[in-house]
Amino acid sequence: MALLETSKYSQGSVLGSVNPDLASERQTASFCVEKLTALLDGGTEQTRIRRAVVEAIQSDPVFSRENQYFQTQNERYEAAVRKAVHLQKKMHEMGWTENGPEYKYIYRALSGDVAFLLHRVFMRSISVLGSDKQIAKWIPLATQHKLIGSYAQTELGHGTYLQGLETTAVFDTATQEFILNTPKISAMKWWPGDMGRSATHTVVFAQLYIHGKCYGIHPFIVQIRSLQDHSLCPGITAGDIGPKMNFEHIDNGYLLLKNVRIPRENMLSKFCEVRPDGTYVRQGSQQINYFTMTTVRISLISDEVLTPLMKACTIAIRYSAVRRQSKLKPGEQEAKILDYQTQQEKLLPQLAAAYAFHFVNDYLQELFNRGYGEIQRKNFDMLPELHALSSGFKAVITQQCTAGVEICLRACGGHGYSLLSGLPSLYTKIIASCIYEGENTILLLQTARFLLKCFMAANAGQPVPPSVTYLAAVKHGKCPAKNKLDFLSPDIYTEAYQHVAVRLTSSAAAKLQDLIQSGVKKHDAWNQCTVQLVQAAKAHCHYIAVKNFAETVEKLETKADIQKIMKHLCDLFALHGIFSNTGAFLHDGYISAAQIDMVTASYLDLLAVIRKDAVPLVDAFDFTDKSLNSALGSYDGQVYQRLYEWAQKSPTNQMSPAYERYLKPLLHNTLSKL
Amino acid sequence: MSVNADLRRERAAATFQPELLTHILDGGAERTRRRKEIEALVLNDPDFQHEDLNFLSRSQRYEQAIRKSSLMVMKLREYGIADPEEIYWFKSFVHRGRPEPLDLHLGMFLPTLLTQATPEQQDRFFMPAWNLEIVGTYAQTEMGHGTHLRGLETTATYDPSTQEFILNSPTVTSIKWWPGGLGKTSNHAIVLAQLYTQGECKGLHAFIVPIRQLGTHEPLPGITVGDIGPKFGYDEMDNGYLKMDNFRIPRENMLMKYAQVEPDGTYVKPVSDKLTYGTMVFIRSLIVGDSARSLSRACTIAIRYSAVRHQSELKPGEPEPQILDYQTQQYKLFPLLATAYAFHFVGAYIKDTYQRVSGDISTGDLSELPELHALTAGLKAFTSWTANAGIEECRMACGGHGYSRCSGIPDIYVTFTPSCTYEGENTVMMLQTARFLIKSYSQVTSGQQVTGMVSYLNELSRQRIQPQHVAARTVTMRINDPTSLVEAYKSRAARLVESAAKNLQAELNHRKSKEDAWNRTSVDLVRASEAHCHYVVVKLFTAKLAEVSDAAVHAVLTNLCLLYALFGISRNAGDFLQAGILTSAQISQVNQHVKELLAVIRPNAVALVDSFDFHDVHLGSVLGRYDGNVYENMFEWAKKSPLNKTQVHESFHKHLKPMQAKL
Repeated sequence: MALLETSKYSQGSVLGSVNPDLASERQTASFCVEKLTALLDGGTEQTRIRRAVVEAIQSDPVFSRENQYFQTQNERYEAAVRKAVHLQKKMHEMGWTENGPEYKYIYRALSGDVAFLLHRVFMRSISVLGSDKQIAKWIPLATQHKLIGSYAQTELGHGTYLQGLETTAVFDTATQEFILNTPKISAMKWWPGDMGRSATHTVVFAQLYIHGKCYGIHPFIVQIRSLQDHSLCPGITAGDIGPKMNFEHIDNGYLLLKNVRIPRENMLSKFCEVRPDGTYVRQGSQQINYFTMTTVRISLISDEVLTPLMKACTIAIRYSAVRRQSKLKPGEQEAKILDYQTQQEKLLPQLAAAYAFHFVNDYLQELFNRGYGEIQRKNFDMLPELHALSSGFKAVITQQCTAGVEICLRACGGHGYSLLSGLPSLYTKIIASCIYEGENTILLLQTARFLLKCFMAANAGQPVPPSVTYLAAVKHGKCPAKNKLDFLSPDIYTEAYQHVAVRLTSSAAAKLQDLIQSGVKKHDAWNQCTVQLVQAAKAHCHYIAVKNFAETVEKLETKADIQKIMKHLCDLFALHGIFSNTGAFLHDGYISAAQIDMVTASYLDLLAVIRKDAVPLVDAFDFTDKSLNSALGSYDGQVYQRLYEWAQKSPTNQMSPAYERYLKPLLHNTLSKL
Repeated sequence: MSVNADLRRERAAATFQPELLTHILDGGAERTRRRKEIEALVLNDPDFQHEDLNFLSRSQRYEQAIRKSSLMVMKLREYGIADPEEIYWFKSFVHRGRPEPLDLHLGMFLPTLLTQATPEQQDRFFMPAWNLEIVGTYAQTEMGHGTHLRGLETTATYDPSTQEFILNSPTVTSIKWWPGGLGKTSNHAIVLAQLYTQGECKGLHAFIVPIRQLGTHEPLPGITVGDIGPKFGYDEMDNGYLKMDNFRIPRENMLMKYAQVEPDGTYVKPVSDKLTYGTMVFIRSLIVGDSARSLSRACTIAIRYSAVRHQSELKPGEPEPQILDYQTQQYKLFPLLATAYAFHFVGAYIKDTYQRVSGDISTGDLSELPELHALTAGLKAFTSWTANAGIEECRMACGGHGYSRCSGIPDIYVTFTPSCTYEGENTVMMLQTARFLIKSYSQVTSGQQVTGMVSYLNELSRQRIQPQHVAARTVTMRINDPTSLVEAYKSRAARLVESAAKNLQAELNHRKSKEDAWNRTSVDLVRASEAHCHYVVVKLFTAKLAEVSDAAVHAVLTNLCLLYALFGISRNAGDFLQAGILTSAQISQVNQHVKELLAVIRPNAVALVDSFDFHDVHLGSVLGRYDGNVYENMFEWAKKSPLNKTQVHESFHKHLKPMQAKL
C-alpha cells in the first residue's frame, strides 16, 4: 500500500499500532479484562487451552478466511471440504481427540467454516438410535471417513412437524428389504447439510409400513453415492438446493428415492425392530433418545447464537469508539459515536444480553448435566422441565440474539453494510438458528403448554418442578419502589418480572378455560389463545434470565471489580426489558406510571455508566482479529486503512469483461444517434 | 400449470374486487392500465431476459445490469417515455426492483446538472451526458463521514494563477466511499468538496471532475478509483472509492449557478441555500414509497405461501391446515399487511404534498418547507425501520424455505435495508424531526399557535392549568372508529413531545451545555418523533378511507386501518397506559379486538396481496408465485444451482477421494 505509506496521513499508516481512540478506552477499564475472560471461559486453564487451539488453527493458512467474502458458492464449498479434510490431519498432528478438552474449541476457532458437520450428526444418530451391532458396524467406517454421512429428516413439505413427513419405507418380507420411496414432490428430502454433493450415506426418516399398516416415523441408513466414483446410486436423485442467505460453504441437499431397496438390518433398531416375518417390536425406553434431542437445542446456543452476538458487539462497539461524527460541543473535536446516547441505547443492551444469555447457558448446561445423571439412574422426572426450558430458551435466545446482531449491523451505518465489516455474514448465519432445531413459535407454544399444566397443578396444591414453583404464589401487591435507585435492586425488578410472568400465564389459562366452558372446541380454543400463550412463555424465560443473572452476580463476591460491572449489566438487562415493554408491567398497575419514569431514568443513567467500560467488556470476549474477520472490529481500531486495503483485493477490481463488452459500446457514441 | 387449489379457493372467497383496490393504489384505473402497458413492454422484450440472478457471481450480475441499463436508456427514448413515474416503472421492471449502475447518473448527475449548472456548463456537459458519452456519479459520502456533511474533508483549492481548482483527498478518511457507479462505470463525478479560495474555507461546493480517460476508460493521472468490494446486497452496483492527488480541473468546472468563484478568486455567495432542501425532501419521499413497496412484496410472498403450505394439525383427525389458519401466523403477517397499505397512502400523500410545496418554492413561498422537511425526515426513518423489520418477519414466517434465495425475500431485504442509512441515517433523521417538534412545542408554550401536523400541540396550552401530565385524561375510545383512534395517537404524541421537552429543560437547568442536554435527552426525543410519525400515519390512513367509494373495498380497508391502529396501541400499550390515555381494561379490549380482526381479515388476505399486483417476474419468488405451485418450482429452480453443474463435484476428486484413500 505504497499509497498509504506516504507520511501525509495523520492517522498513521502502520496496521497493528493501536488507534489512540481505542487505546484510551482500554486505559480506563474498571476491572481486569483477563479475569473476566477467565470467568467467561470457566477458569484460566480453559482460557489457556482455548487460546492454544485458536492459535494452532488460525496460524495454518489452509484455515484462512480472508478471502471468503470474495468467493462464489462453488469456491466456498470447495474450501470447506478442503478444510474438513485438512482438519483430520491437524487433529492427528496436534494430538487432539474427540473426547479431549480441546475439541469444543475447534469449531469456534474455525468459525464454523468447515464441511461435514452433518457427518457428526449422522454418527450421533447411529450411536443413539442404533443397536449395538449397528454401532459396531457403522461407527468405525464413519470414524475413518470410509463413508461420509448426512441426516435426512426435513422434507420440502414438512419441517418441525415430524409426524407429517411423507417418505415411505415398506417392508418386503420376501426379500427381507425395505423399499424406500418419495411418493410426491413435497416428500422430497430438502435442506439436509452435506447431502447435496458430499455425502455417501444418510439417515433417512420415513413412515414405516409393514403389511399395509403404518407404524410411524423411523430412521433408516441409506447409501446414496458410490464409494468408488461418487456417482449416485440407482434410484437416487440428489443435488444441491441452491443459494441461501448464508451457509454457502455447506451443500444443503435434496434427495428423491425411487424404489430404493435396503436390507432389513439398515433400520436403526435400538428402540424398535422389524423381525424377519414382519413382526414389529418395541423395546427399551425412548426417554434417553428424547433427552438427546432436547440437548441438541441447548448445545447450539453457545457456538451458533452467543458467539455471533458477542462478535457483533465487539465489532460495533470498537467501531463506535473509533468513528467520530458531528460535534457534541461547539469548538471541540467531533465526538465518538459511542458518546451519543442513542448509539449507547442501541448497543449496550445487546452487550448486556450477551452476558445475560451466557450465564443462562451456564445454568442450562448445569441443569442438563444433572438431568443426564438422573436419567442414567432411570429417573425421568426432570424431563418435562428440561424440555420446556430448552424449547423456550432456544426460541428466546435465538430471537433476541438475532435481533441484537441486526441492531449492531445497522448501528455501523453504511460501513456495516459492507461484507468486509463481517456483520452481514454474522447476521445471515444467526438468523437460521431461529428456524432449525424447531421453529421458534412452535417451541414457545410447547413451553406454554408446560406452563399451563404446571400452573393448574400448582394451584391445585400439587408439586411442580423448581423453575415454576413461583406460579403458585400469585401475589396482587404493587411494586414497592419509591425512587429511581430502588430500581437498581435485583429484588425489586426480579419480582416485577415474576409478577408479569404469573399474570400472563394465569390470564392465558383463564382465557382458555373461558373459551372451553363457552363451548368452543379444545383445539380451536387453544389456537385462539396462542398469541397470549407465546407472550406467557417469553415472559417466563425472561424472568428466569433476569433472576439467574442476579444470582450469578451475587456469587461473584470474591471478585469485587467484576461483580460491580456485572451488576451494572444485570441492571441494564433487566431495566431495558421493562423500558421496552412497559405495557406489560403497567397493565394491572403492578408498576405505576410514575415508577416507569423512575425505570427510564435509571436505565438511561446506566448507559452512561457502562459506556466507560464498553470496550473492555467486548475485549473480554477475547476474539482474535482472524475470528472477527472484520475491517471495522479489529483490535487495533485501524478501521479506515484496513477497509481501503481490503477492498482493493476484491475481484471486482481485477480486469472485468464488462468494459469491453458493454461499457465501451455504451460510451462510444452508440446512443448519440438517438 | 393450473393454479393451486388452495389459492383458487382463497380468491373465490374474497369479498371485494382486487382490481378496484389496485386502481386506488395506482391513483386511478388509467394509471393501472398504463403501468401494465409499460410492464408488458419490458416483460415481452427478449433483450431483457436473462438467467436467474441468484446463480450469477457479482461480476456477472454487474455485467447483466450494465447491459440492461444501456438498452433501457435507448428504449426509453425509442418509446418516448418521459414522465418521471413512467420512467420509474420501466426501470423497476427492467431491473426487477434492484439498483443498477446508471442509477446515480440518471438520478443525481443529470438532475444536478439541470439545477446547479450554468448555461455554459449545461452546453458543455448536458448533451454528452444525455447521450451517455459522459457517465457521471455523485460523490458525496466519504469513508469518515456520511450524514454529517459539514465534516467532509475533501478539498478544492483555487489557484488563480492557472484558474484551476486543485482537488485533494488529504486523509484516508477523506477518500470518497460508497457512491454508486463510481467504481467501474463512471468517467465523471460531481464531487463535493470544501472550497478554499484566498486562504479561506467557504464550505461545501460541487465540482464536475473527469475521472477516467474518454476512449480507454483508464483512470486519469492523479485519480485512484475502484470498487469498494462485496456488500450485503447491491451486487449489481459498483459502489466505488475515489482518491484525488493534486488533481486539477478548470475554474469553469465548479457548479456555479448559485455560488461562484471569480477568476481572481473572489467568492460570490449564493442567494439562498434552502433550495437544496428540496432534493433531499424529494428523495426521502421516494424512500417512504419504497418502504411500502418492499414490504408489500414481502407480504405477497409470505401470505401466498402461507395459504399453500399445510402443516401440523389444528383438529385431531382432520387434514393438515393451511398455516395461514394459525392465529400466531396471522398475528405475524396481517399487521404487516395493514402497515404496507398504510405506508402506500403515506407515500402518496408526501409525493402530492411535495409537488404542491415545490410549486410554491418556484414561486418563492418557502413557508411550508421546514415542516415538510421535518416530516419527511421522520417518516423516512419511521417507515424504513418498520419495513426493514417487517420484511424479516415475513421471511421468518416462511420458515426454512424463506431462508433460501428462491423465496426472494432475502433479496428484498438486502436491497432495502441500506435505506435505513442512506439519504440520512435514521436516528439522525428522527432527531431532526424532534428538533422541529421541540421548536413547535416551545412556540406553543410561549403562547403562539402552530399549524399543520403539529397543531395538536396547541391543545396542550389550553389544558395547562392541570397539574398532572396534560394529556392525562382518558379518552372515550370507540374501538371500531378509526377517527377515535387517531385521537388516542394524538394524545400519545402530545404527551411524549411534552415529556421530552420537559426532560430537555431539566437537563438544561442542570447547567448542561445545550448540546450535552440534547444528547442526554435524545432517547426521549426519538420516542417523541416516533409517536408523532405514528400519529401521522394513522391519521393519513384514516383520511384515505373517506376517499374510497366502493363499499366492499371501503369495508376491507377500514378493517386494515383498524388493525393497523389497534395493533400499534397493543404494541405500545405502555405509552397509552402511562399517560393515562387508556385504561388497562381498554387495553385488554384492544388486544382482544386485534385478534378478532385477524379472523375478519383472514378470508381476504390473498386478495389483499393480489391487489398489490406484482407480476411474478417482478416478485422474483418461487414461494410467492401467483399460481402457488411452490414445491415443483423449487425443485426446478434448485436444479440450476451452480453446485449442480456437474454430477460429481470436482471437490470429490481433489479432496475427498485422496483422503479416503489415505485413511
